Amino acid sequence: MSTLKVLLKKEVLQFKRNLFLPKLVVVFPIMIMLIIPWVTTMDVRHVNVSVVDNDHSQLSQRIINKINASEYLTLHSVTGSFDLSFNSLEHGDVDAILEIPQDFEKGFVTGSTKKLSISANSVNATKGSLGLQYLAQTLATSIKEMRASHSPTQAGDLVVIQNRYNPTLEYRNFMIPALLVMLLIIVTGFLPALNFVGEKEIGTIEQINVTPVNRFTFTLAKLIVYWVAGFLVITIGMLVAWLVYGLTPVGNILAIYTISMLFILVISGFGLIASNLSSTMQQAVFFMFFFVMVFILMSGLLTPIESMPQWAQYFTYILPPRYFISTIRAVYLKGATFYDMRYNYYALAAFAVVMNLGASLTYRKQS
Amino acid sequence: MDTSTLAIEVNGISKSYGTVKALDHVSLEVQRGEIFGLIGPDGAGKTSLFKILVTLLNADEGNAKVDGLEVAADYRKVRSRVGYMPGKFSLYPDLTIEENMEFFATLFGVTVEQNYDLVAPIYKQIEPFKKRRAGRLSGGMKQKLALSCALIHKPSVLFLDEPTTGVDAVSRSEFWDMLHNLREQGLSILVSTPYMDEASRCDRIALCNTGRILDIDSPQHMVEKFDGKLYAIKARDMYGLLKDLRDNSSIANCYTAGEYHHLLASADFDAQAIEHHLAELGHEDLEIKPIAPDIEDVFIKLLSNEQ
Repeated sequence: MSTLKVLLKKEVLQFKRNLFLPKLVVVFPIMIMLIIPWVTTMDVRHVNVSVVDNDHSQLSQRIINKINASEYLTLHSVTGSFDLSFNSLEHGDVDAILEIPQDFEKGFVTGSTKKLSISANSVNATKGSLGLQYLAQTLATSIKEMRASHSPTQAGDLVVIQNRYNPTLEYRNFMIPALLVMLLIIVTGFLPALNFVGEKEIGTIEQINVTPVNRFTFTLAKLIVYWVAGFLVITIGMLVAWLVYGLTPVGNILAIYTISMLFILVISGFGLIASNLSSTMQQAVFFMFFFVMVFILMSGLLTPIESMPQWAQYFTYILPPRYFISTIRAVYLKGATFYDMRYNYYALAAFAVVMNLGASLTYRKQS
Repeated sequence: MDTSTLAIEVNGISKSYGTVKALDHVSLEVQRGEIFGLIGPDGAGKTSLFKILVTLLNADEGNAKVDGLEVAADYRKVRSRVGYMPGKFSLYPDLTIEENMEFFATLFGVTVEQNYDLVAPIYKQIEPFKKRRAGRLSGGMKQKLALSCALIHKPSVLFLDEPTTGVDAVSRSEFWDMLHNLREQGLSILVSTPYMDEASRCDRIALCNTGRILDIDSPQHMVEKFDGKLYAIKARDMYGLLKDLRDNSSIANCYTAGEYHHLLASADFDAQAIEHHLAELGHEDLEIKPIAPDIEDVFIKLLSNEQ
């Protein structure tokens, strides 16, 4: 039996006998793909609005009806005084207050400048600002309709908005490809690192180091197991995305597997560096965590890179997940081809070389 | 002496961890077919020396040869000629006895069958449990498995780092019988132990402490060399006795040794005078008798000479 074969056999046996790992590789992607897309959403719904109606006119009634009908806004109450509404806001029952001044409709018709006022609770900045926007939009539509009823000659909408590639503007579709990235970081980055440090902790590495076995073969045998696990994870993830959310890649599935393979090489190489530099699992976990936090928060996984400050955007070029995330999203949602994204493929290939070179340089059989 | 007849040759090896000197110019020679014991307390540098000899650690100074090969330069060749059993059980706990054996045999490019004769006397004892995972074995069985795995590639030199630590007295004795069997088959063995009573099972021993070797000789000769009169003494109040003896100028050294205290006499020592003196101090049930030294007494004497 060749050395690689016996090493592989040992890794597979250990993997299978581990009480936790086989379950992790199957259950973890399913759990993540089933739960996270539902709970991580930037879409703001159910903004509770309290209206202070000082006008009691046809227009104010129309506005209230409009709010009530909106799927984003929920009419909490209609009160006669701002203080009463503000009380509800302070209690947290209401997210925004719309105050309609007295004689608003009259002023509207005569062309005077009575103004509507909106106060929003912006502790949650996203909900506050989006809630304000929705409310302002609703008001604009109401007023436009009112105008239209006064002068029927006016044409309808002049602007038509179309959301390309993510027609429903679902944050979920933006998240699902990103979740596949997160799964790979954990299964092919963390697990091999922990496996290596585990051998250091229980001392088996000493026994291995006095054998003539080549360190490259020893490392390869371990990585092959996690590479296979990585492909399994990404396949399960894509299946769940298709079966549960009906999201299938617009582009070629091979393009996704290729970029995944490159990323797996990068992140497993990175895991190896972490394990070479640590002597306990704890150290390895914290080492990995430090970088993975940066990867997740700065690579455009949750928030777009374009909305970062300029210096941070430059910084993202040294983060390997950036290339993976943008490619997998482009292929999944826009149907980008390998040729369109080739620079990302090249970049990840270069990172794979650097990381694995780093891993072999930091590995020492002797101390 | 022709170097090829030496199994291990250590010349002036030093190793420091930061400011702590683990090994301080250590030199020793182990003959072929010899069981050589490194005897010393924790922190004597035994494990560091082992790691240097099995190519896991680089020495700061000095050189060493194992089976005629330089450990630093020829480390690849050295690895296939040594069998190493670390102090801590370090086989795969989630693989069975059989799988561990096969795994290590294959890594050395041999099969279990090929060298079965060498390991058989040991392996046969655990073979009935070969489907059991190594992590679920008892201490003595783990030790036998570790020794089998260290022997499977038929090494010429065997390194056993504290193999009997944490093993019961009967298993320890059995283990030493196994080592003597292996020596009969021509293996050279370097073994370390913190237990002084195991020294007598070695052909030659090195007494070491804090990175230095105090003496190298056969255990019998070491005891014979002991110059000085040694007494065992006991009384009802052992602690008070120890204090009183240590205050006495005619006693070079006094230390606890189980049921008795051992005391090393100075030139002007008179057993009867001491007994009389102690009785005056109020000690009851006094018993004092001359005894022959053992390795522990030798070690303590060497240690106090050093200081």
